[in-house]
Amino acid sequence: MDIAEKDIMEQIRQRHIEWEHQLYAKAIKENPERKTKFKNLSEIDIKNVYTPEDTSDLEYLNDIGFPGEFPFLRGVHPNLYRGRLWTMRQFAGFGSAEETNKRYHYLLGHGETGLSVAFDYPTLYGYDTDHKLARGEFGKCGVAISSLVDMELLFHGIPLDKITTSMTINGPAAIIWAMYIANAENQGISKEKIGGTIQNDILKEYIAQKSYIFPPEPSMRLIVDTFEYGFKNVPKWNTISISGYHIREAGSTAVQELAFTLGDGVEYVKAAMKRGLSIDDFAPRLSFFFNAHNDFFEEIAKYRAARRIWAKEMKALGAKKTRSLWLRFHTQTAGCSLTAQQPEMNIVRVTLQALAAVLGGTQSLHTNSMDEALALPSEKAVRIALRTQQIIAEESGVTSTVDPLGGSYYVEWLTEKMEEETYKYFDRVERLGGVIPAIEKGFFQREIADSAYRYQKEIDTSQRVIVGVNRYQLDEQPSIPILKMDEKGEERQIRRLQKLRTERDNSKVQSYLQQLRKAAEGDENLMPFILNCIHSYATLGETCQVLRDVFGEYKEQAIY
Amino acid sequence: MAKKIRVLVAKPGLDGHDRGAKIVARALRDAGMEVVYTGLHQTAEQIVNTAMQEDVDVVGLSLLSGAHMTLFVDVAVMLKEKQMDDVLIIGGGIIPQEDVPRLKKAGIAEVFGPGTPVEEIVSYIKKNVKR
Amino acid sequence: MTDLAEKVIAGDPRSIARLITQVENNAPDAIETMKRIHPHTGQASVIGVTGVMGSGKSSLIFELALIYRAEGKKVGIIAIDPTSPFSGGALLGDRIRMTELSTDEGVFIRSMGTRGMMGGLTSALYDVVEILDAAGMNVILIETVGVGQDEVDIVKIADTTLVVLIPGLGDSVQTIKAGLMEIADIFVVNKADKPGVEQTVAELESMLDLVNTLDRRTPIVATSAKEKKGIQLLIMKIAEHQAYLKDTQMFEQRRRQRYEAELLEIIRKRLMDFIFDEKKLKTTVDCCIDQIAKKELDPYSAADQILGKILK
Repeated sequence: MDIAEKDIMEQIRQRHIEWEHQLYAKAIKENPERKTKFKNLSEIDIKNVYTPEDTSDLEYLNDIGFPGEFPFLRGVHPNLYRGRLWTMRQFAGFGSAEETNKRYHYLLGHGETGLSVAFDYPTLYGYDTDHKLARGEFGKCGVAISSLVDMELLFHGIPLDKITTSMTINGPAAIIWAMYIANAENQGISKEKIGGTIQNDILKEYIAQKSYIFPPEPSMRLIVDTFEYGFKNVPKWNTISISGYHIREAGSTAVQELAFTLGDGVEYVKAAMKRGLSIDDFAPRLSFFFNAHNDFFEEIAKYRAARRIWAKEMKALGAKKTRSLWLRFHTQTAGCSLTAQQPEMNIVRVTLQALAAVLGGTQSLHTNSMDEALALPSEKAVRIALRTQQIIAEESGVTSTVDPLGGSYYVEWLTEKMEEETYKYFDRVERLGGVIPAIEKGFFQREIADSAYRYQKEIDTSQRVIVGVNRYQLDEQPSIPILKMDEKGEERQIRRLQKLRTERDNSKVQSYLQQLRKAAEGDENLMPFILNCIHSYATLGETCQVLRDVFGEYKEQAIY
Repeated sequence: MAKKIRVLVAKPGLDGHDRGAKIVARALRDAGMEVVYTGLHQTAEQIVNTAMQEDVDVVGLSLLSGAHMTLFVDVAVMLKEKQMDDVLIIGGGIIPQEDVPRLKKAGIAEVFGPGTPVEEIVSYIKKNVKR
Repeated sequence: MTDLAEKVIAGDPRSIARLITQVENNAPDAIETMKRIHPHTGQASVIGVTGVMGSGKSSLIFELALIYRAEGKKVGIIAIDPTSPFSGGALLGDRIRMTELSTDEGVFIRSMGTRGMMGGLTSALYDVVEILDAAGMNVILIETVGVGQDEVDIVKIADTTLVVLIPGLGDSVQTIKAGLMEIADIFVVNKADKPGVEQTVAELESMLDLVNTLDRRTPIVATSAKEKKGIQLLIMKIAEHQAYLKDTQMFEQRRRQRYEAELLEIIRKRLMDFIFDEKKLKTTVDCCIDQIAKKELDPYSAADQILGKILK
């Protein structure tokens, strides 16, 4: 700052002190503060007012910058929503592939612009519907996909060269991705034309979502295999969605969500570089996935800080291409904030959360439906969730300018603060030996469990108000219509599997599975082998079992 | 020495959401109970055998994947078969209200949905333990 | 009561579980049953597994149990976790690592809180070992908490005590409590898949060099429960130790120590129950404490008074 600026800042500082002791002191005598501390969800104390003093250290060009320029604080695209709105991508899936296909057509018909697949638990764990551990779980929290046949039904009538698909799958991600690719190829669409994302983020599974299968080392190998295969053969595909959403859902704070996610991201980059891949080859296709929780400005600051931290870290790791420095992300509004009580209120919560994501510059957005604390979304509920996005896009005016909150004293201060706290976590993890050692020591899990417990205590003691739950309650039971699934679906699927196993060329299947086994024992890229298995109609379970045999299964330790 | 209430907190099936189960386990511990937590992916057989060896007073089942009608009922039926009728069975998670009557009929004493204060579960157990 | 004793001796799991609960809760009925089952005890080999938190004791016990099962042996596992001194509750999570054994009929697993009474092993532990022994277990594995007095007390009850360490704890061997190093019949360096194993083993060896030479050099076994390595060797070393005890008559000596500790523990418990029983001495005790606080009485004289009432 030059002398003139220093002088003005000093004047502000003086005036602030006076204001605090006079006007403000008087005001709080008449209207005492409702709380002793106004903390956000990361336990950061929020002040009564923010001023240029709070951003005096920031230099616009170096620290904030223009949209599309390093450090990308204001966004990775120069014109963001002025050019193209975020993708409206509603996570969906239940029952059998046919039922879910119908829901996809419904959503596309109502204006969603990208598909997102939710799989059921057996599929997430690499089990076919007729596996004994799949009992009772078919289609309950996502669609059941046991083979290429199901994938074909799932995308029936959907042009895979015109629409992108995100698939929330982790343990068996490579196999499900192979099914998607194989299905597209069977439809005559080549690998170069298809676009989408596989979540494929195993580190956060160990930390939060728990749908892991294999131990860390072979899982990382598989992931790097997908990176490599992806940038060489499926160039429009995001081979990973490095996620904070689930870490947040498990109970972490916003800062933890930010720190643990970006930490995982760096770990993946390092793993790929260790194999000898050039960072600029695969980095442009890394994507991210964040939560949009309740504290409005904290979430916005979080997204902005994420972009800046990632750009800096990637630069430090040697990335040269601009696209390698971009943090592109999908956002989902917080499932754990939905209430079963007075469920219509969830529409309001989701609106605020979605707005935060938009003001934070998300590339893609899923809005939760009001009934999701009770069941999977009904048609009406998911339509309202979609309309919420459309109203924000078309009616609110927030898309008219890029990064509207840039320059806000509060938001810039909070962005800085979150970055600071994130780096503190980076240091702690490093002292523990890195991400994987920290996972094995239970570090992240403990941080998350503690935050979750603290949050619950705040709610139980009414320190934190949840409308409808611990204040403004109603005695009535929720009576909104709940999604009903086809009860015969499980039977049908089992019969379909049995039929498949008799009708396919089993010697071919066995041969390809054998080849996969050998390759898994070595260190070749497994994608081509998996593709062969899938094309020959080996099932998800059969393919996964080969990998289970070779890689082993992961068993977690309990951290409360 | 006062008798301690022993509780088994179990996650049946493939559901991996353990935030609630862990919070409840911790809260029960803070309320003076001995809580056996067996982690994820438990079969009904494993849950029942554990309940028997640990001689628990309460079995608490946590499920958010929608498979409760099958899995909770499996556990209740098996406990009955082993004549462990003096074990209090409670459940929690994402369970639609309309499923609760059928679960109660199968032997689940009470279901605690989202938003239940943890204290409510603690009091319920203290009041309703059968032994 | 006799019915319960018979069922326990027959190995009925429900009865075993029930009796364990009774002894944990000091149920008066339990005493008769315990008297009846005592003649049926003595054949189980008791292995204590102690060591720092995070050393992978539970996984190690799981792997040992698998091999013992393959040998046709019946295995009892007692997993102990700390009871919170504030709430009196406990989180017992060691079974997580033993899920696959939950449905094996030849295995009985019980989780116990320390229910801390003035430090040391939970007083019911002796009873639980006897119960599992009488019920037909060939091997009883006890996993202790890993902090505090327990680690050292385990030697009173176990025939063979394993002290489990992990590599890379820095110059850890020195920092580990002296008592812990002395009680080890076998050192186990677990998580041997991690770096630093050779160093830890070397540190242990040099520490053993400094100790007075007994006729038996404490073996050090490197294991990886995760990779299932070193377990067979550990089993062999345990068997060797037990043979060594029998050959040198130290076995009887150890058993005597155990019964002595058990007897003293039963006496201590009865004494304490008597003293703190409101119908018996509690009022006297409370009164004495008040007087001590007011400096009207000193603790020694108070003890004289109280003991006088018992030992009269």
